[in-house]
Amino acid sequence: MDTSFKTVEKYAYSSGRGLSKKLIEEISRMKKEPEWMLKFRLRSYEIFLSKPMPAWGPDLSKLNFDDIIYYIKPDEYKASNWNDVPTEIKDTFEKLGIPEIERKYLAGSIAQYESEGVYAKLKKEWEDKGIIFMDMDSALQQYPDIIKEYFMKCVPNTDNKFSALHGAVWSGGSFAYIPAGVKMDMPLQTYFRMNANNEGQFEHTLIIAEPDSSVHYIEGCTAPVYTTNSLHSAVVEIYVKENAKARYTTVQNWSNNVYNLNTKRAWVERNGKMEWVGGSLGSYITMLYPSSVLRGEYATASHLNIAFGKGNTWKDGGAKVIHNAPYTSSKVIAKSISMGGGTSVYRGLIRINKGAYMAKSHVQCDALIMDEKSRSDTYPHNEIYEPTATLSHEASVGKISEEQIYYLTSRGLREEEAKSMIVLGFLDDVMREIPFEFSIELNRLIKLEMSKMGAVG
Amino acid sequence: MDDNDLKFAVNNLKVCIDNHTILNGIDLMVNKGELHIIMGPNGSGKSTLANSIMGDSRYRIEDGTIRIDDVELNNISVDERARKGIFLAFQYPVEIPGVSLSKFIWSAQSSLGKNTTLKEFQVMLENGMKMVALDSSFSKRSLNEGLSGGEKKRSEMLQAYMLKPRLIILDEIDSGLDVDALRQVSDMINHLLKNNSAVILITHYQRIIENLTPPYRVHILVNGKIVQSGGYELVKKIEADGYESFKEVN
Repeated sequence: MDTSFKTVEKYAYSSGRGLSKKLIEEISRMKKEPEWMLKFRLRSYEIFLSKPMPAWGPDLSKLNFDDIIYYIKPDEYKASNWNDVPTEIKDTFEKLGIPEIERKYLAGSIAQYESEGVYAKLKKEWEDKGIIFMDMDSALQQYPDIIKEYFMKCVPNTDNKFSALHGAVWSGGSFAYIPAGVKMDMPLQTYFRMNANNEGQFEHTLIIAEPDSSVHYIEGCTAPVYTTNSLHSAVVEIYVKENAKARYTTVQNWSNNVYNLNTKRAWVERNGKMEWVGGSLGSYITMLYPSSVLRGEYATASHLNIAFGKGNTWKDGGAKVIHNAPYTSSKVIAKSISMGGGTSVYRGLIRINKGAYMAKSHVQCDALIMDEKSRSDTYPHNEIYEPTATLSHEASVGKISEEQIYYLTSRGLREEEAKSMIVLGFLDDVMREIPFEFSIELNRLIKLEMSKMGAVG
Repeated sequence: MDDNDLKFAVNNLKVCIDNHTILNGIDLMVNKGELHIIMGPNGSGKSTLANSIMGDSRYRIEDGTIRIDDVELNNISVDERARKGIFLAFQYPVEIPGVSLSKFIWSAQSSLGKNTTLKEFQVMLENGMKMVALDSSFSKRSLNEGLSGGEKKRSEMLQAYMLKPRLIILDEIDSGLDVDALRQVSDMINHLLKNNSAVILITHYQRIIENLTPPYRVHILVNGKIVQSGGYELVKKIEADGYESFKEVN
């Protein structure tokens, strides 16, 4: 099965391959950025060069930084040819029942697709409430002071090699600002954002939930996203102020040539509530450990994640929670499925610092291994410096058993139906938390994967 | 011919597992609405017979045939056998976390091509749960997960009721049941028989048999062979003398 992708280069402006100081200056100049941003980019570039590749996770030795195109000028972005999209991706779209126009968007053969009527109405509602929702580049032009105050404070460019790279070459992404006391009843979706440049290679997402506000931000999609970019390194920063609530839901299904190396973090103040919900379906290598820093009393974080390691892919994911204040609590539920030779790894850190009186954390990671070729590893790391804190950890590794398949098929279910039923059952407690439209698509996608497996063996 | 018409036949069936021969030439004929009771000592091959009919891949058929309506089942998949109307109530039903009993039965019904409306389904499910005395909350719970032995058996009977198979094999459905549960399970078996399902009941005990509506035929299975078939008198004989006398016959 060949699912490799042809490189299609039909952009009006492309930086060419490789990264240099000159290129970074060029990006900043083209974007007409303020001086401080240029300086920040250049400093980030130096940090990037000085940091070694992380050696504790999946093998990144084949990732060649000189072979990456770092910047494609968005407004001159030209569609790649639909005919160049691999048949398998087209077939998947077909089977998922995705409308033609969406397929082309997802495959990158049209730059964006919008639902303007709905959007116009929403935009008016948001403006009336003082909500800001726009792309990051525009936000930097229109709200430079807010951006300067928050940009890469939660995830500093010194955090890791890829956050440094991101600081140097970031482009696009979303900015969402929810004023104090505003509770949004409808999720914010990048889907509805005008002028969204969704080629999203190094996109930056900044969400500010002011005191007593609430927001649900959704991005990504379950359908496979065709991209010729082999490196995706986004940063997401979420500021959850006192009594505010933020939920961030994301599902990614990048094509299997992509290194997906992201840094996502939230700062949660007193009595604030942060919820991460993630589904990681595609890409070649994924490293993603959404983090919550609980900075005020009674702050809470919940992390729910589903990862599929299938075929020649490596899913390295987990969660990081730092308890820095009394009475803070956190819950992590991570589920992984490994199949067709894939690897899924849970890597997590819970740190309860001294002074986080009575802090509580619960971690549950469950792995399901579908066949002999696939593997799953769990590396939980706990650091507890506060004697009154409590932490519980549960882990399970299961194999899909012949006995279960026998039982289900004895009632008339076909083997692949039985397998998808077992998998969906395994995911059930997380699926309940996933927005309805995502869970339906995930359902279909899992069934599709199972039927493919059935065809092979 | 109505939906329940059945012509089920096992002929000279020889089955082995890991190169040990367990069944040594079984013959059994079952028609619409009949009750066949199979008794035998531990290790005589009762569960092997049940699972061979259902198509468990651990067992290998060395010789003989299993047929339904003159179609040979030997090389037919488990789910296809279910679609031909065979149902096995398992001795130890396996747990499937996160899959609710009602959702499972709903999916199974549609796989079997028995399409009902959601409303009809719910009414039927409620009736069935009352008959086997399972609280309605069980329909939302995960399949067999955390259920007691008795609850699992009730759930198996409920599934038989919902899926309306032509041939129901009950593998020690009575083991581990208290008096009330035994009564409810027996009542359900009688109900299914009355509705023209055929039943092969595998048991060790006289108790359940006394609750079942005659007529029925009793088969004594010893060392992988049916050594004697007859009526209730065989049950009495086992009760009095055990299986020893049958072994001598063999």
